[in-house]
Amino acid sequence: MNIFNLIRIALKALQRNKLRAFLTMLGIIIGVAAVIAMVAIGQGSKESIQSQLSSMGSNMITILPASNVAGGARLEGASVQTLTIEDVKAIQKQALNISAISPAATSTGQSISGAFNWPTSIQGVSPAYLDIRKWTLQDGVPFTEEDVRASAKVCLLGQTVVSNLFPNGESPVGKIIRFNNIPFQVIGVLAAKGQSSFGQDQDDVILAPYTTVQKRILATIYFRTLYVSAVSEAATDAATKEIETILRKTHRLRDADENDFQVRTMAELINTLSSTSNLLTVLLTAIAGISLIIGGIGIMNIMYVSVTERTREIGLRMSIGARGIDILMQFLIEAIMISITGGLIGVVLGITSAQLITYFLNWPTLVSESSIVLSFMVCALTGVFFGYYPAQKASRLDPIEALRYE
Amino acid sequence: MSKKILEIQNIKREFRMGTEIVRALKGVSFDVFAGEFVTIMGSSGSGKTTLLNILGCLDKPTDGTYLLDGVNIGELSRNELARLRNRKIGFVFQAYNLLPRTSALENVELPLLYNMEITHEQRRQKAIHSLEAVKLGERLDHTPNQLSGGQQQRVAIARALVNEPVMILADEATGNLDTRTSYEIMALMQELNREQGKTIVFVTHEPDIAAFSSRTVMLRDGKVVKDTVNENIRSAKEALAALPPADDY
Repeated sequence: MNIFNLIRIALKALQRNKLRAFLTMLGIIIGVAAVIAMVAIGQGSKESIQSQLSSMGSNMITILPASNVAGGARLEGASVQTLTIEDVKAIQKQALNISAISPAATSTGQSISGAFNWPTSIQGVSPAYLDIRKWTLQDGVPFTEEDVRASAKVCLLGQTVVSNLFPNGESPVGKIIRFNNIPFQVIGVLAAKGQSSFGQDQDDVILAPYTTVQKRILATIYFRTLYVSAVSEAATDAATKEIETILRKTHRLRDADENDFQVRTMAELINTLSSTSNLLTVLLTAIAGISLIIGGIGIMNIMYVSVTERTREIGLRMSIGARGIDILMQFLIEAIMISITGGLIGVVLGITSAQLITYFLNWPTLVSESSIVLSFMVCALTGVFFGYYPAQKASRLDPIEALRYE
Repeated sequence: MSKKILEIQNIKREFRMGTEIVRALKGVSFDVFAGEFVTIMGSSGSGKTTLLNILGCLDKPTDGTYLLDGVNIGELSRNELARLRNRKIGFVFQAYNLLPRTSALENVELPLLYNMEITHEQRRQKAIHSLEAVKLGERLDHTPNQLSGGQQQRVAIARALVNEPVMILADEATGNLDTRTSYEIMALMQELNREQGKTIVFVTHEPDIAAFSSRTVMLRDGKVVKDTVNENIRSAKEALAALPPADDY
């Protein structure tokens, strides 16, 4: 028996019962479409969380002074002053897993330009800070190591500061503003970053060389934070360990002493959020997978009914020369065709509905090839698995009894 | 003497019903030669249906030998029997057994789909040819529900002819039809037998129908009780002409 003939026979049998074939398919269609759409939602939200985090610099490590005990009371970390330029230099020199480091000294105050003023904060940083925090310049130039050495009174303005100090739209580059009555020349404007994931306005900031802020505003040699970039997201753990070792050495801590600093990475946050959305994906996939199995049972049910209903047809086919294997293949191919056609429609429907979800609900979705391949394979297997038993039943009918079946 | 198509020697068939053994055929012997039109008659319970199943290679005898066109079917496997049915036998059933919602042409093509040696083009040609032989060349695309009972049975006969079998095996082929239509079918059978030399074995319980055949084998209680050559074959065409007009109500 020719396979093309078998396919032809199965196709004709399905054509005779179009509506039933479609209804049977519906289970598979919904199952496959659900798997694809659900996985797309899960993957999409995971992807969007990750891209949000990496825009913040997912390989970023922050070093803060640790809270310390002074006369029995634990003091707030920021008030403890342990981080100095020596730490920065030591890390820069010894750590292998970091690509950039910038100290940060922060002060809040009033910025003034002509008739306008605005309360904001100034960050004293090194030129590497822009890279570490993924800042880009919209206008002007960044300050240099030379500016840092000279404690130059130059600054970069965030968008919020620009719109409050220069509301008339003129370019601030080259203008002089004052921060806590110290004049700064504006040499650049930062591109807008918007709110952080935690609702903080990231554009409400002035960046200046850390030496300038330390000497001219804060009059301190300490830093509030050190920002470090690991060479990659994967290297953050190794970099963290290196930094701890180096800082313990430069701070001359004994083995029994607690760290007088804390090292934080974004990795913990990324892991937490990723595992949450992974869990979401698994849950959604499980639900969708169940619907695929139900679709398969639907196929089996219909194939059983079909075999019983077409007993005489089977008897006739046997009497005109169909072998058991021909009958088995006919019903198996019918089941597989139902599931594969349903699968194809399901794939199209799944991709379409993922796009509709993005379009109407603004949920991020990501249709992954693996979910398409997987669900398609599962539904083809479903066809074989759930189609085989009824097909086998059909092939074992006695032609004499089948022909006389009422 | 022409070739023996069927050779049946002392065929027995027993069925086990629970603890009892039912003996449906108790030793049946007869031969059928090429070009014969044999009716097998008998009341219900005579073993007629059991014999038909064996003749049609759907069942095997418990004892005795059955040679179809020189092949001993007792030695064949299930698949070999299927192949034999496909190549050597044309079945015509009482209930036509056409596939619903399927055109006459496709119904007739069906046996050829199970024959790998036949191409798509040949299949179509043979099916058209065979429908023309039963005078349905104009109704290739009609589905069974668009055809009358007689026409449906003619499609079934075309299906039986399409694989050029050595024997047409008809099982009460006129049982569902009125007198006029059954005469029409018998006229067609006679024509196929006489003009194309088709060997026909026709199982029936109506003596009326048996009169159209060239020989009658009578069964009773699983045995052949009478095997007579019909000297005076009635012409179905003439019988049809002799019927009163159809508008008799």
